[in-house]
Formats: sequence, C-alpha cells, structure tokens
Amino acid sequence: MSPYDKPKGWTAPLRELGRAAVFLLTTLAHMKLSWLQLGETLRQIYFAGVRSLVIIVTGGFFVGLVLTLQTYDTLTRFGAADAASTVLALSLFRELGPVLTTLLFAGRAGTSITAEIGLMRATEQLDALDLMAIDPLERIVQPRLIAGIIAVPALTLIFNLCAILGGLVFAVFMMGNDVVTFWSGMQSTVELWRDFGHGMLKAVAFGVLAGWLAVYFGWTARPTGEGVALATTQTVIATAISVLMLDFVLSAFML
Amino acid sequence: MTAENTSTIRLDDVSLSLGGREILSGLNLEIPAGKVTAVMGPSGAGKTTVMRLITGQLKPDAGSVWLGETRVDALKPKELNGLRRNIGVLLQNGALFTDLTAFDNVALPLREHSGLPEALIRRIVLLKLQTVGLRGAADLFPRELSGGMNRRIAMARAMALDPDLMLYDEPFAGLDPISLGVSLRLIRQVNHALGTTSVVITHDVGEVAKLADQVCIIADRKLVASGAPDELQRSSHPLVRQFVDGLPDGPVPFHYPAPDLETELLSRKVRAQ
Repeated sequence: MSPYDKPKGWTAPLRELGRAAVFLLTTLAHMKLSWLQLGETLRQIYFAGVRSLVIIVTGGFFVGLVLTLQTYDTLTRFGAADAASTVLALSLFRELGPVLTTLLFAGRAGTSITAEIGLMRATEQLDALDLMAIDPLERIVQPRLIAGIIAVPALTLIFNLCAILGGLVFAVFMMGNDVVTFWSGMQSTVELWRDFGHGMLKAVAFGVLAGWLAVYFGWTARPTGEGVALATTQTVIATAISVLMLDFVLSAFML
Repeated sequence: MTAENTSTIRLDDVSLSLGGREILSGLNLEIPAGKVTAVMGPSGAGKTTVMRLITGQLKPDAGSVWLGETRVDALKPKELNGLRRNIGVLLQNGALFTDLTAFDNVALPLREHSGLPEALIRRIVLLKLQTVGLRGAADLFPRELSGGMNRRIAMARAMALDPDLMLYDEPFAGLDPISLGVSLRLIRQVNHALGTTSVVITHDVGEVAKLADQVCIIADRKLVASGAPDELQRSSHPLVRQFVDGLPDGPVPFHYPAPDLETELLSRKVRAQ
C-alpha cells in the first residue's frame, strides 16, 4: 500500500491511528543528530515558531482582555472583583494557554508543514532525496517534528505572558483597579508546579501531537492539488479534536 | 549469467503489479555498460517503473533486478543507500529543492556524502554548473529559472558525485527546441566524458536516433523489441511500427475499452453525476 492510500471502511479511523503511530515510531527510529540536522531544525523552529509570533501575541493579548472583562463582570456581582487576576492566571496557565496556542499553531504552522511536505511529494522532491541516499524521514520530517515540540511550549509561554498583559491593561488601566492587588492576588494563589508546571507539561504533549499530525498528514497526502488541500484540512481538524480530547485526559490525571 | 558479462543492468523475468494492475509481466531486459540506452514505450507501459526497479524504489513481485553483480531487489535499506550513491537520477521535473539556490541544490549530495571541505565542494559545484552552462545562475533559486534550466541544474546535481550510472526520466518532455538540443548534447557529453552508463526513459522517437546506442521498447507488460535505433526503424513488428511511425491506432488501440457505442447511445441509462 502506498503511503497515500487511505484505509477504508468502518475500521478506517482506528487503522489510520495505527498507521500514524507506526509513522511516528519509524521517524523516531530514523532520528539522527548532526550539525546539518541542527541547522535545519533551527530553521524550522524559526518558520514554525518565530513566524507564528504575530498571531500568538495578538491572540494572547485579546484573550487576556476578554477573559478579564468577563470574569471581572461576573465577580463584581459577588463582590470578588479582586480575584479576577487569579481566575485569569489559573485558567490561562492550566487550560487556555496550552490549548489555544496549539490550535493557533495548527492553523498557522501545522498547515504550512503539511502543505510543504505534501507538495514536496507531489513535485518528487522526497523521491529525489531518497534517490540521493538521503533519508527524507531524517532530513524533512525529523526537523519539523522537533520544531513543533519546541515551538508549542515556547509559544505557550509567550501567549500566557501576552494574555496576562491584556488582563493587566483591562483591570488596571481601563477599570482603574489597583496594580498591586492585581499582581499580589495572582502571586498568592498560583502554584509554580501544580498550575504553571502542569500547563507547560500539557504544552509539550500538545507540541508532540501538533507536530506529529502535521508531518503525518503531509507525508500521506495524495500528490495532487486536491490531496494537499485535503491533508491541510485534516491537520487542523485532527489537531483540534485530539488536543481537546487529550486536554481532558491530562487534566483528569493532573488534578 | 556470469559476472564477466558486460551488461551492467539486467532485469530477469520481472513481474510487478501496482494497485491491483499488472504493470510488468516476465520482463527480460539487458542494458550494456558505458553506452546510452533508451527505454521507450507508449505512455503507461511501465518505463518509469523499470527505472524505479533499477533504483530499488520498487521491488518486483517475481524475478530479479541486477546492477553488475549486485542483486538490487535483495538489498537492505542501508546497502541500497550505498548503491544509490553511485547512481545519478534526473527526475521528470528536475525535483530541485525550491528553498535552496542552484548552488546549494548541487552541493547537497556532496555535503551529505563526500565529507569534503566546503572550499573543495564549492569548486566541484562550480565545475558541475559550468558543465551544464549555468555557473552564472549559481545564486538563483529554481523559481527564478526556466523549466529547461531547472532540469540542467538537476542534471548537475545528479552527476555531482560522479556516478557510474545515470538515469534520465523523460528528459525531453516539454522542452523547447533549444533546451532540447542542449539536453541531448549534455547527455552525450556526460556519457563520453565520464564513461557512465546512461539510461534514458523517453517516448521521443525523433531524438532517440540522435542519442542512443541501443533502444529497448516496452509495451504490453514486456520487452517487445531491442536493438540499435536504425534496426528498429527497419523493424516490421506491428507494435514497433505503430510506435516509430506514430500511428494513432494499431496494437495499442486509440479507444479506451468501452461498451459498443450504438448500444450506449441508445441506452436510457442516465450517468450518475
């Protein structure tokens, strides 16, 4: 069966999952560390991570604004407006930061990785590598997978930072709250490992997932325009669904 | 056959099916060393499949593929990679890496496999680019070059490691007369200068006479004729005649298999949209 022959029938999703797992294990088995690989990996981290900064910074800032707006409005009714910063930090570090960052990453970088690998297959570039005795799993897939694993946690940190800044702007500069109350509420409640650390662990797991799915769908894309378009859509849908499902599972274990 | 045989490439009784369709059946093919051999045949006859069998990208369902004394279809992935370092392949569209310049494309196999210092790699790459007439385009990206130039860069990349065997997949498809003339001259030149064995997969009958020492015609899943280009011009084999004369109908039918036209036209059946 060629890599882009999709399983059919009612067992198809399970078989697809199995194939994706075999693909990941094969990629891990083909991993090689060299200076050439390091350079390529850094380049991919730049493309997947640095170039996603605009969407992450903007997205994070506005999520922080709207989250504080909503919690501030609700908590004011109970006379607990001072707790807004705590709610913001906890919901961001534990859930929203890693999840939203991964969803934005899948839309911005995951699709581009899938389309790039899919088009490399369609234009015989993967064949050319193979024929030059250069392993495409090692040269093309490995750097992009590692880039996803590094970029998602790094972007989550930046997303969280921007969202807190957004919250600060709303609570302090727009609602006139005391800046010391804002920071002290957050400091006294947020625990480094239980809240922040667990969130970052999730971000690493989501990074593996987003990178894995992006390279897998690119690798198995049919070498046609339609095939590449379908693969990019699959990357976004599969990443979104699996991240939300994995988030629940990880949260259940971590709490 | 023994190791003393001059044939470098040999396909013995090869059969292969892909996606449930039989592509080759009992194909026997010999390609002599140091010469330019054209593998021809109608579209879909399995010419590119033959190339993929030689490079080990496909394994036959039955039969064996030999490159000199090495049985290609029995090699393990690492051994296959070792073999591929001695094979240069020009793919149909060049398959250059679009994010690398012409220079870096040609330098890629050298950086990967030669272990030479960068200063020496630079000289080799410039010499290879000089051979294909594109040293001046070293810093340009594939998107900045024409299709014909891209293929010449790809040819420079294919011969970067001075391979013993060069495979060209449809090197003349879609080229203007000037680029075509350049490609013909280059293939000949590389063959003579480096003494490589060259296999050209093509269906361009006119150009083959100017280029090839030997021609093999594949059709109907097997080898139907082989010999010098002028021998094939004189052949009376109906399939060879149809192919050489470019006749629209013959052993290779003009029509795709279909039910009787009258029956289908008069049928009330409506095609599903």
